[in-house]
Amino acid sequence: MLSADEISEIEAEAVHYPRRDAVCIDAMRIVQRHRGWVSDESLHDIAAHLGMSVTDLDSVATFYNLIFRKPVGRHVIMICDSVSCWIMGYDRMREHLGTRLGVGLGETTPDSRFTLLPIVCLGCCDRAPAMMVDDDLHGDLDVQKIDRALESYL
Amino acid sequence: MTSGTDKPLTKNIRPDGSVVDIRAYEQAGGYQAVRKVLHGGMTPSAVTDAVKDANLRGRGGAGFPTGQKWSFVPLGKDAPTPTYLICNADEMEPGTFKDRLLMERDPHQLIEGMIIAGFAIEADVAYIFLRGEYVLAAERLSRAIAEAYDAHYLGKNILGSDYSLELYLHLSGGRYMCGEETGLLNALEGKRANPRSKPPFPPVVGLFGKPTVVNNVETLCCVPHIINHGAAWFHALGRTQDAGTKLFGASGKVKRPGLWELPMGTTIREILEEHAGGMRDGVTFRGLLPGGASTDFVTEEHLDTPMDFTAMAKIGSRMGTGTMIVLDDQTCPVGMTWNLMHFFAQESCGWCTPCWSGLGWVERILKSMEEGKGQQGDLDKLASQANMWGPGATFCALAPGAAEPLQSALKYFRDDFERHICEKRCPWR
Repeated sequence: MLSADEISEIEAEAVHYPRRDAVCIDAMRIVQRHRGWVSDESLHDIAAHLGMSVTDLDSVATFYNLIFRKPVGRHVIMICDSVSCWIMGYDRMREHLGTRLGVGLGETTPDSRFTLLPIVCLGCCDRAPAMMVDDDLHGDLDVQKIDRALESYL
Repeated sequence: MTSGTDKPLTKNIRPDGSVVDIRAYEQAGGYQAVRKVLHGGMTPSAVTDAVKDANLRGRGGAGFPTGQKWSFVPLGKDAPTPTYLICNADEMEPGTFKDRLLMERDPHQLIEGMIIAGFAIEADVAYIFLRGEYVLAAERLSRAIAEAYDAHYLGKNILGSDYSLELYLHLSGGRYMCGEETGLLNALEGKRANPRSKPPFPPVVGLFGKPTVVNNVETLCCVPHIINHGAAWFHALGRTQDAGTKLFGASGKVKRPGLWELPMGTTIREILEEHAGGMRDGVTFRGLLPGGASTDFVTEEHLDTPMDFTAMAKIGSRMGTGTMIVLDDQTCPVGMTWNLMHFFAQESCGWCTPCWSGLGWVERILKSMEEGKGQQGDLDKLASQANMWGPGATFCALAPGAAEPLQSALKYFRDDFERHICEKRCPWR
């Protein structure tokens, strides 16, 4: 069941479009903001709420990388693997994150604290290498800076 | 010609990183262009003509003349309704970080540009299509849009005129394809961001089948200044026939990576050496992608070329987004090309065969070369793939864009590719 808050937030966006199903991406983002990800149950509920087929909605959900169809940790780390960050040391940053967290790209730590994901260019190329943790952008990364940053996400 | 600053786009931007709110924007002369248009009796075609006369070309990378794009939209009582204006704020071209600055620091400049562009095409509804990762830009744009509604710059009968415009912010669900004009339209309709067949072009049949103009952030930010100061002033800002200023940037192993508003036609060398401070100590320049991942490499011999749409095309590349990615001698050109092809292969939407099939193949060949498993004949395969990607072989510019760094890397760094194959290893590892 969608919560009253989720429904009211979806409806506030839905009025921006002439067709009801056009809001489906916003709707999935809203549900994900509340629950961390979009489960099969949420997908069914959103589809029913918008009068869409579940298959149509899932085909949209799986296209967009910021919509998570699997559970994620409490914090999502997105490390930029695009060209400027690659030149400036992405490989070392990814290896360090992998070793420190004990997970590879696309995986979640056993304590569900972090999920590690690759992301395309974050538009932070003048401060490469860069990553986002949840809504926060971290640039000019080195291994010490990554360690310090991670400590603030409990 | 009236006087104006030589850095119109960034003149309000504060060094402390804070945002220019509506009061500060108005105090700096903001929203005067909207008043001039709405209270000065300008017609929509007069606004479009002013932008045409200024020779404003799209700053998203393609350089299409903005006024011409607007002039394709049917106007008047018999025109289909509603008409849409979309700001393409899906800044996702690797190496590009210019629109972020404009949105985070001076959001009202963009909103004012959108109101004027909206008036010119008689738009009823406008959207800012913002990439989902730009969280700070989203917060600041939301606040600025609310401020603009409160001050009657948006909504019904703007500043007491007959013109009305609703402006909404849409946060994307991700994927590079959303920055492609027709992929963006599908994404905004709540669909997968596959490209559409053209014609019809969006100004005639666009969002929800209605006339739609899609313009880049930086393009729209130029519009208020053109209205305020005129076409002759805008031409005088540039050093070449491609008018205005441009946000140029540099990333990679340069001394001072960054972003600078400079005259259109500033040379690559001036941007690289004076503004970015040249290469870091201990590394040597080898080449650069002038304006994002989907532009052809240029090398030392091209450094005195003016960065504009025309001159960069003459040397077989493109200005693109104007934010250059610099390759140094400590970085493997094959590895860099692999990184680029990985990006394009991953971001292919899967719609056209040369793209989804060819990009994956090329990525695997480059990976094998980096792992010391390159074979004789690989370079011919890579070259033939780059040829097969268009333009004209696919619905959109993703694969043709990918061909640009691939074909130019093969041209300028061929010896390095061959060394990978002969030595059965990456010499940089």
